Amino acid sequence: MSYLDNILFAILLIIGFGFFASSVKKIIRNINLGADVNRKDNPKARWKNMAMIALGQSKMVKRPVAGVLHIIIYVGFIIINIELLEIIIDGLFGTHRVFAPYLGPVYDVLIGSFEILALLVLVAVSVFWIRRNIVRLKRFINPDLNGFPKSDANYILYFEVVLMTLFLLMNASDLHLQNVPGGFSHFHKAGSFPVSQFIAPIFNGLSNELVMLLSEIFWWLHITGILIFMNYLYFSKHLHILLAFPNTYFANLNPEGQFDNLESVTKEVKLMMDPNADPFATAPPADENAAHVKFGASDVQDLNWVQLLNAYTCTECGRCTSSCPANQTGKKLSPRKIMMDTRDRLEEVGKNIDTNKGVFIPDNKSLLNDYITPEELWACTSCNACVEECPVNISPLSIIMDMRRYLVMEQSAAPMPLNAMMTNIENNGAPWQYSQQDRLNWKNEN
Amino acid sequence: MSESLVVPTMAEMLAQGKQPEVLFWVGCAGSFDDRAKKITKAFVRILNRANVPFAVLGTEESCTGDPAKRAGNEFLFQMQAMMNIEVLNAYEAKKIVTACPHCFNTLKNEYPELGGKYEVVHHTEFLKSLLDDGRLTIEGGQFKGKRITFHDPCYLGRANKIYEAPRELIEKLDIELVEMKRSKANGLCCGAGGAQMFKDAEPGNKEVNIERTEDALETKPDIIAAACPFCNTMLTDGIKNKEKETETKVMDIAELIANAQDL
Repeated sequence: MSYLDNILFAILLIIGFGFFASSVKKIIRNINLGADVNRKDNPKARWKNMAMIALGQSKMVKRPVAGVLHIIIYVGFIIINIELLEIIIDGLFGTHRVFAPYLGPVYDVLIGSFEILALLVLVAVSVFWIRRNIVRLKRFINPDLNGFPKSDANYILYFEVVLMTLFLLMNASDLHLQNVPGGFSHFHKAGSFPVSQFIAPIFNGLSNELVMLLSEIFWWLHITGILIFMNYLYFSKHLHILLAFPNTYFANLNPEGQFDNLESVTKEVKLMMDPNADPFATAPPADENAAHVKFGASDVQDLNWVQLLNAYTCTECGRCTSSCPANQTGKKLSPRKIMMDTRDRLEEVGKNIDTNKGVFIPDNKSLLNDYITPEELWACTSCNACVEECPVNISPLSIIMDMRRYLVMEQSAAPMPLNAMMTNIENNGAPWQYSQQDRLNWKNEN
Repeated sequence: MSESLVVPTMAEMLAQGKQPEVLFWVGCAGSFDDRAKKITKAFVRILNRANVPFAVLGTEESCTGDPAKRAGNEFLFQMQAMMNIEVLNAYEAKKIVTACPHCFNTLKNEYPELGGKYEVVHHTEFLKSLLDDGRLTIEGGQFKGKRITFHDPCYLGRANKIYEAPRELIEKLDIELVEMKRSKANGLCCGAGGAQMFKDAEPGNKEVNIERTEDALETKPDIIAAACPFCNTMLTDGIKNKEKETETKVMDIAELIANAQDL
């Protein structure tokens, strides 16, 4: 008996998981480039969010067609992957359908449900493909997706079609051999195979040896395909299948209207307003190690790690953009693009670090201007529609706000009318030029 | 009717050794904007009718800093916040009501961390509580049978998840409440938030307030009910733009209630 197959399989697994592990390491490293923010409080509420929103898909079904189809693919993905366990054991130990004898009728039900799910996934994926390429829903033909993102979305659908088809073909050829009168080789009866029994007849007329070869080819292609798909995730919007979970766990728990108060600013304002502060005191000796605290964000390293996790989690569905009042009225702002730009820039920074042996060498580029323009940022009404819509609780708004802060506090680059508004608040405590002394005049006016 | 308005200030209250039940935070729009002042007065008329002991800060009130914060000027926001908190704490304010969702959100969510901890309610919530406690009765009056649609202000709705209080108040008016195709969590912004009120819109193919006004007009309403002075302005402009001023009015919920009882 040759162990060549088993060794090959083990090597395949090691390569597949090895590459994947190095991608995961890179993602974690890149996310940790972000500033710290405490998202460990209130674990109960966080677990609940994760259970409801990621596991339970509660926000997906707000758009019922996409929501239900997505649930089919999602459940299919999770359930069918149980089969992966058997495939790996079979591959490593040279067994064949190792669970079948132990589970008996349960095995039949399991494989049966995998097959039905696989069929449903094929249907759902086809509808998704039609929505993107034939119906051309507005959010899928939006210029945000020009180039790779558009292909990426289709590649994922093709991948799923191929994987599901291979899974069914693998079962169908297996079933064909199980049904050989008098039995054939190690192919023992393993169940009813509700879907692949309709595919199995295509093998009629072929020699048993050829069908067995085909069956092995399907088996190998299927597992190889899964490993390739897993490694494709890092380069794709499809990372959300993993990151949706941590992303919903670490998402903001405060009311959507509550924006964070910058601590660095609080310190300075308190000092400014302290009547006991000595205005003539010499500045404390500069701490050479203290980096200049930047107000707001002009690049990905200024954002916090949750915002960077958001960027990797975004699957570019575009619900945010389709609900954005600015985008709907033709402005350049697209919340989805904010997330895509953040990820692209983060990847660029990550590659810079990789090529420079672990250190970031400034590249004269930044998230602001090179990716996201002030025009986009200033179009936001801070209405939270994008945050509310996101099926995995991403907040494009928090990135927009941090970048506005940079524009205003570091560059004094607010649009002129906003400068006038702010000057008014500073001088007379109202955004318009009315004296604070006139604030109660309404009482006596008709 | 203005002579009948009773509007004590916190300073006057303090001088008399009294603490009001609630501090009415008027806000900049409510103090200075001609349209919004009518909302302020309508709300005061209701408070007076319900005998609610309230007070305003008057000339001691200053912008909460909301537009500065949303514009990105955290410095200016925190300066405003700390000055206001000093005043509010000096008067030992406990409960604050405001008719502006932006002031409401900022006072409620962003002030506590800076030392300003109060119970903050929006005027629609406050009116609802007066109603529930039997201190206020609402009748349909002149609005009976009218079609009214309610525009959810972002900073009341999505930002703070208050969707029902305004609707429950409107329904008390014996009217027909019609929902827009986008409402509650899906409500479309009026276009004023995030300091947009104070600047021109970026280039595009439409103004946000026109888009939202079209949503509202689709319901063929007699009245578009608002609960925010800025939404009110944006929608009023939208109605003017569509030349529908004669058929459709934009009114704050406080105005609806006050006018229904001829206050």
